[in-house]
Amino acid sequence: MTRSELVEEVASKASNFTKKDVELIVSTLFESIAESLKKGEKIEIRGFGSFKVKKRNARSGRNPKSGEGIRVEAKRVPFFKAGKELKERVNIPE
Amino acid sequence: MTKADLVEIAFEKVGCSKKDVSGVVDRVFETIKTNLEKGGKVKVSGFGNFVVRSKKARRGRNPQTGEEITIEKRRVMTFKPSQLLKDFVNSGSK
Repeated sequence: MTRSELVEEVASKASNFTKKDVELIVSTLFESIAESLKKGEKIEIRGFGSFKVKKRNARSGRNPKSGEGIRVEAKRVPFFKAGKELKERVNIPE
Repeated sequence: MTKADLVEIAFEKVGCSKKDVSGVVDRVFETIKTNLEKGGKVKVSGFGNFVVRSKKARRGRNPQTGEEITIEKRRVMTFKPSQLLKDFVNSGSK
């Protein structure tokens, strides 16, 4: 499922909104989460999960092609942890 | 940040009733959950992919008692942030 299919499906069930409105809400949603992550905040959505940023320290790495040693700078990585409900619903026997 | 904050931000953009916006936001997360539950993948361009992965059964150990246990095979979900989101989270924070 892609972003546009997600919009399509939500719009088909939300009679009060045009597809354009739903599109706007969906983009706003993910943009706000991204903005919030950038600020280093944690975003918690009940029943779904939480997003936060994890810090990675600088480390010395190696260019696998040339074997040359390089320094990998410290960085921040977005991280998602599934909530209880989502975890349980996903874990169904095949 | 919680879902209520996300609803608030979306409401400011779209206008109309807050209750309706809240309904759409709920539906967005519900649609993602239903899709993952079916074993599908949800790709949100510019943000990241939500993917369900199957884990095989493996032998584990209770770290507290040292007792050996079997961890059943299960399905877990992972989030893979897009390059865009990874760059965005790191931008301008030096």
